[in-house]
Amino acid sequence: MLEDAIVSRPEDAGRPEIVVEVRGKSPTSQGAAPDAAGSQAELIADRFSLSFDGRPILKEISIQLPRHSVTALIGPSGSGKSTFLRGFNRMNDHLHGVAMSGSIYFEGKDIYAPGTDLAELRTQIGMVFQRPNPFPKSIFDNVAYGPWAHGVRGRRSLAQIVERSLRRAALWDEVSDRLNSSALELSGGQQQRLCIARSLAVDPAVLLMDEPASALDPGATQRIEDLIEELKREVTVVIATHNLQQAGRISDHTAFLLAGELIEFGSTSQVFTAPRDPRTNEYITGRFG
Amino acid sequence: MFNQEWREKGTPSETLLRAVVLLITMVALTAAVGLIGTVFVRGIGAITTEFVFGMPVNRGIDGGVFPALYGTFLLLVLTAIICVPLGVMAGIYLTEYARPGRMLALINGSILNLAGVPSIVYGLFGLAFFVLFLGLGSSLLAAALTLACMTLPVVVTATREALLSVPQAYREAAWALGATRWQTIYTVVLPAARNGITTGALLGLGRAAGETAPIIATGVAFVLPRLPVSPLDRFMALPYQIYVFATQIPEMPKERMWGAALLLLTLVLTANVAATLLRSRATPAGRNH
Repeated sequence: MLEDAIVSRPEDAGRPEIVVEVRGKSPTSQGAAPDAAGSQAELIADRFSLSFDGRPILKEISIQLPRHSVTALIGPSGSGKSTFLRGFNRMNDHLHGVAMSGSIYFEGKDIYAPGTDLAELRTQIGMVFQRPNPFPKSIFDNVAYGPWAHGVRGRRSLAQIVERSLRRAALWDEVSDRLNSSALELSGGQQQRLCIARSLAVDPAVLLMDEPASALDPGATQRIEDLIEELKREVTVVIATHNLQQAGRISDHTAFLLAGELIEFGSTSQVFTAPRDPRTNEYITGRFG
Repeated sequence: MFNQEWREKGTPSETLLRAVVLLITMVALTAAVGLIGTVFVRGIGAITTEFVFGMPVNRGIDGGVFPALYGTFLLLVLTAIICVPLGVMAGIYLTEYARPGRMLALINGSILNLAGVPSIVYGLFGLAFFVLFLGLGSSLLAAALTLACMTLPVVVTATREALLSVPQAYREAAWALGATRWQTIYTVVLPAARNGITTGALLGLGRAAGETAPIIATGVAFVLPRLPVSPLDRFMALPYQIYVFATQIPEMPKERMWGAALLLLTLVLTANVAATLLRSRATPAGRNH
């Protein structure tokens, strides 16, 4: 009765109690086959559904996210884009009352398969949250936390990782002289770049970003966007955003979610200039949301 | 201008309410100051080096109360060693691991109820279980175990509340970096909750320090020829000393009774001040490392 949170998985409990609205084929006809791994796709969702206390949040989403590119998840509040994003590093597992079905593949492996090492998964798929959430520790300790948690102990190797990560997050020049002061003394924008540096310190292949700039002013937003542009050379970025201009500026691909369904997925220019679905058109022209 | 004046003076009912609240605060403050002041004024005359560090002579009418002071100190240390680790671990389990549900609510409710059980009931339980059943006899250990049982619910509840007040964002940040559950608790959650836990534990121990009923049943003595050297020895303690001074020995100079009370009060207040100092050093910004 008091065991750890265990998320019911199709494997161990028959089909979970999800009401799935099936509207014919998957909307984009991008129906991801698991065996399509090894192509350009790094992350593949295959009929991924999620419900919370029996209420469906995500409905059979299938999508293939290309490697070393920026994919934007757009949609109005409550469309499920944040929840979907959190499905890629299994952060939803920690919520009580969540049931999931379908699969998500990372480098060809089902990350929801039994026996998946969550710690290992999350070193490869990092996450940056909506509100900057540095630990109440020093700048150094924040960035060193991930490597430290994975067993790196030497002060010198940690210092190298910290410097490299802060440089990659374009924060080094601003904080190099005060690595031991509290991270909470930084500005909001600096804190968010610190959180990005902290994620980069464990060298992830994928970086999930949940509206990373929504709590920041335009200047700080600009810096985060420039940073994402830099990062995509080495990292696959998936970013949930309600800011359409932002999605247009920084992403290569755009997925439009509405009420838990994937309505449209394509290159950003196609989605923004020639949307195939009328609902996408309505959303990007500002008729709702 | 009208607005400004309105805000400063308030409506009549608001003024009245503020006056009432102020009055009540003053009453509470007067009670506290009056109590400490009375004990201080009446007892300070008895405080001499011999009184604090001497052995009792002639049933305590002459000599000092050192064995009682020492006994209370030992009892508290032993109680803390037993109940703080247990209470903190139970609190961690209940907040960080246990699955919310009816069972957990039942357990939490029971713990809250335990905190309200009269101390004489704990005394009887200690007598029946630790002294007689476990065969510890009337001893320091039996009394400390009894007081630990009494303090445990307070520590568990304080730990739970402190852990619940740690922002979920800290936990998510650590999980997203691939930290295990325990690493997250140990390196992020506990440090952030340390102040609350310390304060709660000290409040509980402060109450235990003044308890008389549970230790009468389990091992305290009025006069002993020597200091306890083993946990299985009987011991003297300040609260019981004060009780006997005040009620059993008519020829006892009243000043000595107040002097003993002043010592007990000083012991508890010192612990509280120490906790406050400890807390201000460990700032929320976490510059304590």
